[in-house]
Amino acid sequence: MVIGGGISGIQAALDIANSGYEVVLVERLPSIGGHMAQLSETFPTLDCSQCILTPRTVEVGHHEKIKLVTYSEVEEVRSQGDDLRVKVRRKPAYVDWERCTGCGLCQEKCPWRVTSDFERGIGERKVIYTLSPQAVPNKPVIDREHCVYFQKGGKCGACAKFCPVEAIDFQQKEEIWEEQVGAIVVATGYDLYPMERLSEYDGGHHPDVIDSLQFERLLSASGPTAGEIRRPSDGAVPKEVVFVQCAGSRDPERGVAYCSQICCMYTAKQALLYKHKVHEGQAYVFYIDIRAGGKGYEEFVQRAMEEERVLYLRGKVSKIFPQNSKVMVWGADTLSGKRVEIAADLVILATAILPSQGAWDLKEKLGIKIDESGFYEEAHPQVRPIESGVPGIYLAGAGQGPKDIPEAVAQGSAAAAKVLALFASEV
Amino acid sequence: MRHLYFPGCTLSTKAKGFAASGEASARALGIDLVELSQWNCCGATFPLAMDNLLALVAPTRILLNAQKEGDHLVALCSICYHVLKRTNRLLREEADKREKINLFIEEEYRGEVRVFHLLGLLRDEIGFETLSQRVQKRFQGLKVAPYYGCLLLRPFQEIGLDDPEEPRILDDFLASLGCEVVEFSHKTECCGSYLTMNSSEVTRELSHAILRSALASGAQAVVTSCPLCQFNLDYRQGEMAAHYPGFAQIPVLYFTQLLGIALGIESDTFGLADHHVDPRPLLREV
Amino acid sequence: MRIRLSIRETRGEFVKRVEEISGQEILACNQCGKCSAGCPAAMAMDLLPSQVIRLVQLGLEEALTSETIWLCASCLTCLSRCPKGVDLPRIMEALRQLVLRKEGDRLELSALPVDFLSEAPQLAIVAGSRKYLS
Ligand SMILES: Cc1cc2nc3c(=O)[nH]c(=O)nc-3n(C[C@H](O)[C@H](O)[C@H](O)COP(=O)(O)OP(=O)(O)OC[C@H]3O[C@@H](n4cnc5c(N)ncnc54)[C@H](O)[C@@H]3O)c2cc1C
Ligand code: SF4
Ligand code: SF4
Ligand code: SF4
Ligand code: SF4
Repeated sequence: MVIGGGISGIQAALDIANSGYEVVLVERLPSIGGHMAQLSETFPTLDCSQCILTPRTVEVGHHEKIKLVTYSEVEEVRSQGDDLRVKVRRKPAYVDWERCTGCGLCQEKCPWRVTSDFERGIGERKVIYTLSPQAVPNKPVIDREHCVYFQKGGKCGACAKFCPVEAIDFQQKEEIWEEQVGAIVVATGYDLYPMERLSEYDGGHHPDVIDSLQFERLLSASGPTAGEIRRPSDGAVPKEVVFVQCAGSRDPERGVAYCSQICCMYTAKQALLYKHKVHEGQAYVFYIDIRAGGKGYEEFVQRAMEEERVLYLRGKVSKIFPQNSKVMVWGADTLSGKRVEIAADLVILATAILPSQGAWDLKEKLGIKIDESGFYEEAHPQVRPIESGVPGIYLAGAGQGPKDIPEAVAQGSAAAAKVLALFASEV
Repeated sequence: MRHLYFPGCTLSTKAKGFAASGEASARALGIDLVELSQWNCCGATFPLAMDNLLALVAPTRILLNAQKEGDHLVALCSICYHVLKRTNRLLREEADKREKINLFIEEEYRGEVRVFHLLGLLRDEIGFETLSQRVQKRFQGLKVAPYYGCLLLRPFQEIGLDDPEEPRILDDFLASLGCEVVEFSHKTECCGSYLTMNSSEVTRELSHAILRSALASGAQAVVTSCPLCQFNLDYRQGEMAAHYPGFAQIPVLYFTQLLGIALGIESDTFGLADHHVDPRPLLREV
Repeated sequence: MRIRLSIRETRGEFVKRVEEISGQEILACNQCGKCSAGCPAAMAMDLLPSQVIRLVQLGLEEALTSETIWLCASCLTCLSRCPKGVDLPRIMEALRQLVLRKEGDRLELSALPVDFLSEAPQLAIVAGSRKYLS
């Protein structure tokens, strides 16, 4: 079983399944892909994220050895001999996915719009929704909390009226069943540090102070602005954009002590992509250090500086506040020994990477450990980075520590290799 | 309810109006502020040098006197509150320093007294909702800028009154009096503090930045709980006007002055006439 | 100008004294600059607050001749935002104390305008005396 259908879990599932073993892939959300599905283009090659992700999600969706269970979570785990018995709980989608053809008519006809978590609050979705048009599985779920049928006692029901195959099932109940598996790969990924906790950075109040994933959505062709850079407050094209690195990271006092590892790189990418879209615009990046240790990474950052003329300012930002129609950023440039203030049109906070919510809960269920940063603890940080310490349970992806896509994929494959080695030894 | 109260030097002399309005308002709300029978100056700064324990003796004596008469102590002045609160924490939590200070004062004090700011009492004991119901004259439409300054809030770990970046207490207090509270960027910026003693231009600049931000947000008055802030923001407006043509003056009030008036108390003793920028025309208007 | 660094400076008496008086680990500061970015008084300072710390980290006593230490208002903005919890106001105080203890007063009360003195609240005078008199 693989828990978490981000790129790391997908990789693990595919590697194991392609070796001939059955895989159950459990994903909390209605469809797989994880954060990669929200990204625009990826450093350092600027490949379109969806384009390199979709072949993999589609392969998972069609794979005869993979049982894909989305909208589901692990309820309980018991070991039985060499095996693990896992109780899985599936939330009611209120749509019979066996019947549903994924035609999308229901979403089109549903009259109600709410803000979308997938768009990180800067875009909307219908009350009956899929995460994206490329979703795998491409089957919708009804958001009960906002659904007029549920909240107003049977009113509306537009989706049910229009569904050509009568797949809408308002009576659907949650399902709980048990799976018996030989090993588990835990690949539950990450979340971002909430902006509300960065009170000196305006605490998430101002619409034009956004986090990095929100900016990915602005950059994405499939995002709420169809890839045009428009600031949330008034839709204007921002002429001066400030990126604030280490927002919450490397801050043992009030944030997290560790370096989030990927924000230096994705900030360079975002600044560069911004310049590709807004040629006459100016991008500023406040940083403490630039950590660009991967293959081709330093060259990529240099390209952002030299070719795209992104101005890097070495110093941490102290305060961000609204001023007239702008957002004032007070920072420092320690290299020149100056304090700097920039009246920005848009501010992007490179907020810290946190282990995904629910990691603590899973830790209890699986009997694995969590380190002082909140990430899953490996059996040995140097020589056993994939093992959890509990036999048969392996770690992959950003749940074990912040990492970028190539590393998450590599670790997914590594976890698969561990599982296969375990199975081989048991035969 | 009876509350031991430390007025401090400034409230007994230059800021009598702050004291009078605070005491009268508290009384009207059932908070009986009983002045410590014996007190000295707190030192007006919390000593930042680790080897300067001597400077902690003065505030320790105040706390010790309070312990003899009760179990907690209320201050109105942000700086007194800051000094007493931090000293008290140090005496409670840092045993080695406590021992040395106790040797100086030749008595035993272990930080037992609880230190309050009147704003904290209003929020936590009376409640702003209740307060709002007690208001007789609502300041309908009066636009005020709640100015917190530094020492009422920082360091949060030691003071703990409110979030140092996005404080609410003064905002909520003023809203309960019916004021229209404006959001402004400089509510926790420094007014210059004691730099006023030998860097008057810097103080003018810092205070001016605060007032400019308040004015830009449409405020008609600035409200504070610190006599040093009040002085820097009020007294230096003459220089600001000379230095920045077109600078519009703005009254700087103590929170207790507005409280007293709102509760319907006669404001004769509130020292309103002592301000450099006279708040009375504005107050008459509303 | 090239400064010469050796163990005499980097592990010298000066760093030790500043650490003692301030109670701070001077090398805990990673020079992120957040203190300088938010310091309200920095507009009048000759060195940024983080640069003053840097001089101390290097063991250079020229930190003592910076105007910055006298312009720090002990407002604690830097302390409350420093990611490393460095109590910079205490470091500033330590530097002031080192100067005051050696060179004496920085303020002459009698030289202040009478009008000002008669208006200034007691706590300004007391605080000023604490900060500027030895
Ligand atoms: C703004 C930004 C830009 C980025 N840009 C790039 C880039 O350009 N290039 C690059 O290489 N990397 C980039 N990254 C990093 C990239 O997003 C990650 O490396 C990658 O998504 C990690 O994959 P993952 O599978 O480990 O985790 P995730 O993508 O977080 O996937 C985890 C999955 O597990 C699911 N899950 C969580 N908890 C549970 C549970 N209890 N039960 C079941 N399922 C659960 C989640 O719903 C999710 O689908 C960027 C990151 C950010 C924040
Ligand atoms: S209309 Fe029916 S078949 Fe089409 S996507 Fe919706 S539920 Fe599925
Ligand atoms: S990767 Fe860069 S931006 Fe992110 S925490 Fe580390 S140093 Fe800061
Ligand atoms: S904010 Fe703290 S760590 Fe950063 S430079 Fe200032 S003192 Fe050093
Ligand atoms: S305490 Fe001093 S150095 Fe720190 S922000 Fe205030 S004035 Fe600047």
